Amino acid sequence: MADEVKLYAAAPSPYVFRAKLALSIKGVKFEYINEDLGNKSAELLKYNPVHKKVPVLVHNGNAISESLVIVEYIDEVWKGVPILPQDPYEKAIARFWAKFIDDKCIPTAFKAFGSNGDEQVVTEAREQLQILENELKVKGTKFFGGDNINLVDIAGSVIAYWVGIFQDATGLELITKEKFPKITVWAEDFVNLEVVNQALPPREDLVAFFKKMFGKA
Amino acid sequence: MSEMGEIKLLGAAASPFVNRVQFVLNLKSIKYEFMEEDFDNKSELLLTSNPVFKRVPVLIHSNKPPVCESLIIIDYLEETHPDVHKLLPSDPADRAVIRFWAYYIDNEFFPLYGRLRKTPDKEGKEALKKQIIERSQVLEKTFVKFSNGKPYFGGDDVGYLDVVLGCFLGWTKFVGNYNNFKILDEVRQWRNLKLF
Repeated sequence: MADEVKLYAAAPSPYVFRAKLALSIKGVKFEYINEDLGNKSAELLKYNPVHKKVPVLVHNGNAISESLVIVEYIDEVWKGVPILPQDPYEKAIARFWAKFIDDKCIPTAFKAFGSNGDEQVVTEAREQLQILENELKVKGTKFFGGDNINLVDIAGSVIAYWVGIFQDATGLELITKEKFPKITVWAEDFVNLEVVNQALPPREDLVAFFKKMFGKA
Repeated sequence: MSEMGEIKLLGAAASPFVNRVQFVLNLKSIKYEFMEEDFDNKSELLLTSNPVFKRVPVLIHSNKPPVCESLIIIDYLEETHPDVHKLLPSDPADRAVIRFWAYYIDNEFFPLYGRLRKTPDKEGKEALKKQIIERSQVLEKTFVKFSNGKPYFGGDDVGYLDVVLGCFLGWTKFVGNYNNFKILDEVRQWRNLKLF
């Protein structure tokens, strides 16, 4: 009984990357369908009629949307390398930090990069990142998942890779080694993991894309 | 339940996010102590147990650090008390779809109420009202699909989405009356008063 797994995607999206990475971690064979976001396919609109966005995972005809919902689904369906902790309490904590990244870190960072260096906006973004920095310090482990990556690291891939690209694209140095030593090291370790490295989209393509998006091209 | 020890819920009776956790605790017959927070004067306990968001609800249990954020708390209760009043189905695909709608309710629907309140001008308000109606219609369609003719999203009995959306029914009525428009029609039929 062959599984049919399709991922509706777009290379620049860090949310798509979460799903792609989760599938790669589990060694799942899938069809990567590259969407032109300016001209969305009929299938994408059918599978995600509510938001019409990527990523969408279609598994044997079942369509799943929302990147973190997709990652949890992948973890539940395909055994092997675990993405979420087994223990309910540890799971709750992992979900909490993933939510923090989505609710606080990403929106404030995005606003900062789009702000043309507005000090207040940049400070707010750094304050949220500082909370993440402190968490790494307190944990004292290589990754949020310990020796191996987990849901939080996957959710944080936008910080580990995309923030650097946004920095190149806009000239704003949001995360510096001096201000965020733990995050800097974690980001390097994360990006250098083989399973991550192989799945990441090429840097130059992304810098070009985001330069345009932030209006700096 | 003995592994969790004594349970305290830090909350505010007026908060729908706190209410949802209370629904679940009640549905699962979990005893807990409710500690009311004063928003103008947040307690030391709240600030130390949820330093990141500094908000309720917070679940405190005697032998572990606190759990924060209403949906995360509900998932945690569901996983630690699976035998009493199960809220989620066992199929991963069904669960994923339910979680998608929980996201929608929390991120795309409910925040509109706050934005409506904060928008001063008439055009802005009318545009938001339109959006609220559109999205409530999406939810009504979803309800029809999930309930399949039965009274709840969960079918014969209260399920995850009933709890996630149900906590907003009071607000929905208030926002509707205050702003002079009807938000949820068909969905309101299933208002589960026994939870209150």
